[in-house]
Amino acid sequence: MQLTNRSKIVSNKKMTFVERLYFPAIFKGMMITLSHFFAKKATIDYPKEKREFSEIYRGQHVLKRDDQGRERCTACGLCALACPAEAITMVAEERLPSEEHLYREEKYAKTYEINMLRCIFCGLCEEACPKEAIFLTKRIVDAEYSRDKFIYGKDKLVEPLELDLRIDISKRQIPEVLEFKKDKTQRHNK
Amino acid sequence: MAKVTIDNHVVEVPDGTTILQAARLIGGDIVPPTMCYYSKLEGSGGKCRTCLVKVSQSSGKDSRPMPKLVASCSTPVADGMVVQNITSPEVLEARKAIVEFLLINHPLDCPVCDQAGECDLQNLSYEHGLETTRYKEERRDYPSVDIGPYVKLHMNRCILCYRCVYTADQIAGKRIHGILYRGDVAEISTFIQNSIENEFSGNIIDVCPVGALTDKTFRFKSRVWFLNPFLAHRDCPTCSGKVTVWKFGKEIYRVTGRKDQFGEVDEFICNTCRFDKKGSEDWIIESPANIDKQSVISQNHYMKIKKGSIIKPLEQKTEPQD
Repeated sequence: MQLTNRSKIVSNKKMTFVERLYFPAIFKGMMITLSHFFAKKATIDYPKEKREFSEIYRGQHVLKRDDQGRERCTACGLCALACPAEAITMVAEERLPSEEHLYREEKYAKTYEINMLRCIFCGLCEEACPKEAIFLTKRIVDAEYSRDKFIYGKDKLVEPLELDLRIDISKRQIPEVLEFKKDKTQRHNK
Repeated sequence: MAKVTIDNHVVEVPDGTTILQAARLIGGDIVPPTMCYYSKLEGSGGKCRTCLVKVSQSSGKDSRPMPKLVASCSTPVADGMVVQNITSPEVLEARKAIVEFLLINHPLDCPVCDQAGECDLQNLSYEHGLETTRYKEERRDYPSVDIGPYVKLHMNRCILCYRCVYTADQIAGKRIHGILYRGDVAEISTFIQNSIENEFSGNIIDVCPVGALTDKTFRFKSRVWFLNPFLAHRDCPTCSGKVTVWKFGKEIYRVTGRKDQFGEVDEFICNTCRFDKKGSEDWIIESPANIDKQSVISQNHYMKIKKGSIIKPLEQKTEPQD
């Protein structure tokens, strides 16, 4: 019974003299190897050279701050709920009156951890976030030698306070959202 | 006995039963939602107008419809009455407006609120598909008031349903909080800066349909959908000791009363059970609590999740024009 069209019938026919010399066949094979030597390389010299990324590439997460430098995240847990890989954990804490310049809402995330080994970079956390706090960025998660270094805490996730070191995510937002954010009559934007 | 028809379901109930109670006997989707009515509290109801229904036939003798929509929680049935709830586009339209009214001053701080996930107002507004607000003015903002060591009051979230006032009167015995001022500026508070410390005062947390009264011992500890509810009991000298414990791993994060299918507490529990007994040795676990399939709490609980349906107003049947 024939299962596929790719089966070959083995023949035991005697080789000719030229075939028995083997050199033409070896030379033919070498020519194929040599042609690959001059062909365009499929790989790049990664750390020195980087490929072009899409503007909405889903790489390492960032926890955004607002215009006044306060953390946007309020530890509502929706990102952890949406996460299909269960990579996100957090512990919430109540903001003290003296911390109003640090956190935007009454509640904030005391610890916020993403296990980058579990994360599948699907972007559902970004989609679930009601406070526009978490975004995925074009950055790639660094390689490490041990597994526990892949659990990223707030020290690695929250963006720096300095304005010029902030991470730009405006390309990730659709024009309608950017337009909505200009509307100051919405409480969301005050 | 009176025979009433609610959304084409016929039920026979004793005289004096309200339309809402009759609907609850039938059960299912046709039960009007309630924000202020609580069957265990006498005198509750009639304030939020969420349970409005259309009475298309007043009784068997009088076939005229009632002129306006009526609050089903406080309207008694009559023999031969015909009631329409979700089969009437008028009711759905009115209910949508009521939800919009309730949300006028309600702050959108669900990400911060501890009630999120088990909030009646959240479910109601989800069901009625309100996505935006038309209200552009400033929402009312109250200064925060400390009402005691156990209960946190967020007056901004309150919808003035009076449930906690009735609970303090009827369950906790002595009431020291109530509604101060009137109309627009009415607020729940203690007079003056008093602290609620009655042994049964914790029940005002359970009856609150929104996040206005929340548990201080559970404040910002976790979110309800990360916890696993279990039915548990203990030998309590003051109350029945039958509760729901909410666990995260082996740790008990909070204790609440057991709620029935209409979100009402079966038996009110005392403050010792609710706030002080949080060790796993304090409770005898009976079984996992039954979680409503539509609830966000059933997320990750090995059950098939049925998403809550969004009620759309029924399409008006247009008369065929010749």
